[in-house]
Amino acid sequence: MQDVHDNPTEGRRQFLKCMAWAGAGTLWLMKSGVLHAQPLGDGTAAAAKDASFSFVQISDSHIGFHKAPNMDVAATLRQSLALINAQANRPAFLLHTGDLTHLSRPDEFDTLAGLMQEAHVGHTFYVPGEHDVIGDNGAEFFRRFGERQQAGGWYSFDQGGVHFVGLINVLNLRAGGLGSLGADQLVWLKNDLAGLSSDTPLVVFAHMPLWPLYPAWGWGTDDSAEALSYLRRFGSVSVLNGHIHQIQQKVEGTITFYTARSTAYPQPAPGVGPGPGPLQSVTADALHRYLGIRDVRHVRGADALAVTEEVLS
Amino acid sequence: MTVAATLRLGCVLMMVALCGVDRSAVAADASSAEGAKVFQIDIRNFAFAPKTITVPAGARVVWTNRDEEPHVVTSAGAQFTSSKALDTSDSYGVTFSKQGTYTYYCSIHPMMVGTIIVQ
Repeated sequence: MQDVHDNPTEGRRQFLKCMAWAGAGTLWLMKSGVLHAQPLGDGTAAAAKDASFSFVQISDSHIGFHKAPNMDVAATLRQSLALINAQANRPAFLLHTGDLTHLSRPDEFDTLAGLMQEAHVGHTFYVPGEHDVIGDNGAEFFRRFGERQQAGGWYSFDQGGVHFVGLINVLNLRAGGLGSLGADQLVWLKNDLAGLSSDTPLVVFAHMPLWPLYPAWGWGTDDSAEALSYLRRFGSVSVLNGHIHQIQQKVEGTITFYTARSTAYPQPAPGVGPGPGPLQSVTADALHRYLGIRDVRHVRGADALAVTEEVLS
Repeated sequence: MTVAATLRLGCVLMMVALCGVDRSAVAADASSAEGAKVFQIDIRNFAFAPKTITVPAGARVVWTNRDEEPHVVTSAGAQFTSSKALDTSDSYGVTFSKQGTYTYYCSIHPMMVGTIIVQ
């Protein structure tokens, strides 16, 4: 950082690069519902060694968006996929938590599908964002990316002793309301979880936040409280969402909530400015600081199950 | 395609262009081709402005998206046809011939709600 005083422009650029590097160096450790952050380093290697498996979450790729601050959202998605491919330990699967496209157009879905083939992972699980279901209630999305377990598009699967649930909360939205799960999906969720022992770790994911993060901007889900009531008996629950293009976290008992960054563009912090939408003032230099993918490792510890999380970009 | 067919297609496309969303760019006190008064509603910062508007029967209401985000104008009770996804600067117009109160929202950002009162 010696050039800070010599060349202000270059110094700022260098500073931002350093910030990016620092941003890449955070490891999130969740143990018994409490989140711990530590810089990447020896501790990371140790955490990775203990991991029984890992998976990667990406979100809000918004293929079709081409305005400030990101004129090339395909390129930034591609960078995220390259980071995933560079991981020493191959993730078990990839999770895309919605808003694959900007306008649900067939050519946008085509581009996204083509790009995702560059990821060297066995399978990618998707849930739709509200941008993926415009005009057809998600018919095209589900035809291309659906898991086809339930008519409504929601699904569950097991990986390494962890139960994963993919929920849909961007359809049948009510005027004046937030995201919505709906009665049918709630009945299914209750039944899906009914046979599980309370010590089964759960990972639940959906596009819109499943907690009232900032309802004034639509950042929440109307009937999430009912869904959460089914999760509370479990000892380790992680809820992963997208939608708001920034990392927000909350711990509520044994449930830890996370929202992911976008691979396309950042949005303002809750309540900062007149409304949500792209943070246009972000310069090209700084954009990558705001974009991201996350790598979640499932660690089977000596006495407690924990999920560790590492921000990759 | 024959020359005649090409010409016919050209005419159809021109008519579509004339009848489509382009005309919606006119100001609030302008009149549509049918002579109906046109009322503009801006979609800005994830809100409809004005949020509530009172118009005479037969008026044409035109929404224009000023946000970087797409929006979809949707009638709460399916009282009028919904728009397609409106990208930045796209417009959508509806003529309201019957008196009544029409509530609408953005189907992808449902906290965005507006009302049209037709007198």
